Amino acid sequence: MRLHVGAGPHGAKVLAAAAWGPPGLAWAPPGEHVVPFLTQPCLPALQLDSGAVLFSPNAICRYFFLLSGKEQDDVANQWLEWEATELQPAVSAALYLQLVQGKPGEEALAPVREALAHVDRGLAQRGTTYLTGDAESVADVVVWGALFPLFQDGSCLPDNLGLLGSWFRSMSQLAPCRAAAAAVLTPEGARELRAHLQRQPVPSPASKRPATNEPEEEESAEHALSEEDIAAAADAWAQGTAALPEPWQPQHPVLPVAGRKNVLITSALPYVNNVPHLGNIIGCVLSADVFARYCRLRNWNTLYVCGTDEYGTATETKAMEEGLTPRQICDKYHAIHARVYSWFGISFDYFGRTTTPQQTTIAQDIFGRLLERGFLRSDMVEQLRCERCQRFLADRFVEGVCPFCAYEEARGDQCDKCGRLINAIELKKPQCKICHDSPVVKSSQHLFLDLPKLEQRLEQWLEQSWATGDWTANARFITRSWLRDGLRPRCITRDLAWGTPVPLDGFRDKVFYVWFDAPIGYLSITANYTDQWERWWKNPEQVELYNFMAKDNVPFHSVVFPCSLLGAEDGYTLVNHLVATEYLNYEDGKFSKSRGVGVFGDMAKDTGIPADVWRFYLLSLRPEGQDSAFSWADLLLRNNSELLNNLGNFVNRAGMFVCKFFGGCVPEMELSPDDKRLLARVGLELRHYTQLLDKVRIRDALRCVLNISRHGNQYIQVNEPWKRIKGNDADRGRASTVTGVAVNMACLLSIMLQPYMPSISASIQDQLRAPPACCVLPSAFVCTLPPGHRIGTVTPLFQKLENDQVEALRKRFGGGQAKAAPPKPPTPGVDLQKVKELSEEVAKQGTHVRELKAAKVEKGQIDTEVAKLLELKRQLVLVEGRPLEPPAPKGKRKK
Amino acid sequence: MAAAAGPRLGAEELGLLEKSLGLAKGNKYGAQGERKTPVLQTNNGPSLIGLTTIATHLVKQAKKEQLLGNTAEEKAIVQQWLEYRVIQVDGQSNKEDTRIILKDLNSYLEDKVYLAGNNFTLADILMYYGLHHIMVDLTVQEKEKYLNVSRWFNHVQHYPGIRQHLSSIVFIKNRLYTNAH
Repeated sequence: MRLHVGAGPHGAKVLAAAAWGPPGLAWAPPGEHVVPFLTQPCLPALQLDSGAVLFSPNAICRYFFLLSGKEQDDVANQWLEWEATELQPAVSAALYLQLVQGKPGEEALAPVREALAHVDRGLAQRGTTYLTGDAESVADVVVWGALFPLFQDGSCLPDNLGLLGSWFRSMSQLAPCRAAAAAVLTPEGARELRAHLQRQPVPSPASKRPATNEPEEEESAEHALSEEDIAAAADAWAQGTAALPEPWQPQHPVLPVAGRKNVLITSALPYVNNVPHLGNIIGCVLSADVFARYCRLRNWNTLYVCGTDEYGTATETKAMEEGLTPRQICDKYHAIHARVYSWFGISFDYFGRTTTPQQTTIAQDIFGRLLERGFLRSDMVEQLRCERCQRFLADRFVEGVCPFCAYEEARGDQCDKCGRLINAIELKKPQCKICHDSPVVKSSQHLFLDLPKLEQRLEQWLEQSWATGDWTANARFITRSWLRDGLRPRCITRDLAWGTPVPLDGFRDKVFYVWFDAPIGYLSITANYTDQWERWWKNPEQVELYNFMAKDNVPFHSVVFPCSLLGAEDGYTLVNHLVATEYLNYEDGKFSKSRGVGVFGDMAKDTGIPADVWRFYLLSLRPEGQDSAFSWADLLLRNNSELLNNLGNFVNRAGMFVCKFFGGCVPEMELSPDDKRLLARVGLELRHYTQLLDKVRIRDALRCVLNISRHGNQYIQVNEPWKRIKGNDADRGRASTVTGVAVNMACLLSIMLQPYMPSISASIQDQLRAPPACCVLPSAFVCTLPPGHRIGTVTPLFQKLENDQVEALRKRFGGGQAKAAPPKPPTPGVDLQKVKELSEEVAKQGTHVRELKAAKVEKGQIDTEVAKLLELKRQLVLVEGRPLEPPAPKGKRKK
Repeated sequence: MAAAAGPRLGAEELGLLEKSLGLAKGNKYGAQGERKTPVLQTNNGPSLIGLTTIATHLVKQAKKEQLLGNTAEEKAIVQQWLEYRVIQVDGQSNKEDTRIILKDLNSYLEDKVYLAGNNFTLADILMYYGLHHIMVDLTVQEKEKYLNVSRWFNHVQHYPGIRQHLSSIVFIKNRLYTNAH
């Protein structure tokens, strides 16, 4: 047995408890990774002879006492649990104040005050010398050990807690504790403890969560609702549409309005030379679209602009490939982009392009101002030149081996593998992309943006933008690492023809580098939309700017472009909220146009899957915190379980009941306490949804929507309006109320779905003939369809996706990556058997649920049985969709 | 996305435990403090506070002490994972915490059937209840990534009397993501 003790605050307790352990216990140096299965190093730790490792200090203490024959009773267990969950966090917070921040005694002890009183009360209540009785136990050792690093000789213990004081002093007199104290109370021990605390995240008392950028997580709607919540929900409901604000209808063109919240949204400009894939779509335009729609739903004055980024070498290369002029290429692909986004229902106020006269004017103006203010300098640049093609090889005209990660197909400006920016001449084994000759290095004169001169202004601005805005964690991180590495002057000119010309003698045969030029596209595209574009872009007081992009685009939006605008000193609107996603992968790998892997924007339409289902699926796996992966199996599952069985099913039933039982008119509602509780739950989900979307947590907010329809399904299931409608007066009244509440929930869902699935939202509103007030998000769940309101014709919203269909799609878009044997459609024998079993189980559980309801069992229990039923149904879908044992692939198996 | 199907930690979970231990239902649980720590008012003495304390008490009451471990070593290990459950699992506040918990458990369970080795214990029961709401949300791919956790979880949910009304979580037998690691 070996005990490893580290510098942390738990040393005293395990060392003291060791006196009850086996004699001659071996102490081992604090190794780095004593506990092989834990990610964070964890000390103290006890290695047992069996090979097992104890990593919890309290479990180690328990173990020593168990070895000496002392079992722990309820009281001891309770102290140990309290020590771990309540006392320890408080002590850590106090130690941090005391040792790291050097706060004086009184102030540093504030976090533990309540815990100290708790110990004192515990001693008083039992009336014993020690915590669990008249002899010391593991509980005493553990609590003493926790307090020891903070109080040491006990002289700082509060005077008014006499019992605590005398208990602490008598514990300190025990031989094992004295020995432990001597071992940790060395100057070295104190230094190590301090260093240890500094390495830990800043502790905070258990009751207070650390401040973060994330919205306060409201307790899930599952948690207890107070009577006040329920009463407030009922009041809000009763106010009806009268309480809703008038929908804001901005003038066209949309311009900032004094006194309103003015939101300007951009999504990264897609490069014109390619068809966007699903990852591009979710990363920028779709995410920005959801947020733009949400802003409009909030009645905020909103402008969403985007466009194709058309200048640069990539376009020239593509033009050469296709035998067209760059202009023709741009026209062709701009139209493709516009078509794809319109199919996906992206609600741009304006979708423009960067190759316009406005771009030239604005880019040259910013350039001129930077030049006047001395933020530009010229320098000789060594560049690769292909003698055979007679041209300088900028950026993408050259490929080679990445000097950082040795990736073989690194481009001249950036490596796709490690993402680092590359200076083309640093490439190893460079090759001209056109003729594959090795280029030579030649010098030419270029202009540079002097970023180091602007660094201080940039940092000042960032500090302020980060304090007030919502930047995603990856955006902050990437920006910080750029600043940490130090800024260097960046070349802003290129030897190309297809670009914005540089208006300066000596450089007139050159154009602006896309990095400098492309972000100016946001401004010029807005200028194409309205000649009053400056009211958006030179108006930081009135405008809040959101930039959406994938993470590879962060530095240009957080460092390079803000420096251009700051240096121009023309009162530009700078980004307030920078929202960057991680990457979306395709099944197991990356999307790849060249290998034909993955779904690209123009093909999504050909799958026969509606745009809104694509939107829903992509948004539900939006790569917010980490990369995520598109998977066909998952798409099928989510369509069938969440859209069809949950959301679609609920909305459809609610509407059908109104049509079938009440002649198409919303019936009278007499709210029972249970109904009011439901209103409060729905209200909670709605509030949560708003909080999340305010912080652009798009994926998480989608859950709230689905939670509401889940509540709705359970509500209908429990109340069975289709049965009660045939019952006595009271039953019929109940059926009427339940139907009325349910159809109003469907109407609320149509509003909340609007940002995610605009055409589904419109069909629901159309089917329900929702009033115009429904284009504003309410702050509470109100009755928008009052009794007597006539609804329209109700039809199903979603279609089931069949496995065969999805399998066929998977094969079609799998490209060359068919290595993994693709699961085949089920062989009838195997599959039908399982389907049959599950169907029987579903039927059985269905009967069970109905019986329970007939027996009027407690609602909670019914809910859980219903959940079980839904789960069985989900499994059934899964089994139908996936054979248990895929048959061996035909032909030779690849080895 | 089926958060509604998970047990509310604390009182409801203890109700599940009582039932799985075969105890007659009848205990009322309160909750105290910000963390809603469960409280059990016993007939013969002061109340008990804390999830693992009450759970341990119930196991003794049901005379199923083997669920607390047979040897000193097993007992300490069971209590260690109970503590891990209330501190790490219940204390997780973001995705990263969840990831680390699943990763660590996955690595721990690599050569074990249950948390305390070969014997099913209270640690498995409470860890199962505590992880249910997390496992519900995992994608097929994540379940494969945490293969050992999935295997263990599937064992526990099929252990007689444990799952009760909680949704059964589906684990696909054949792996879909062969290159996941």
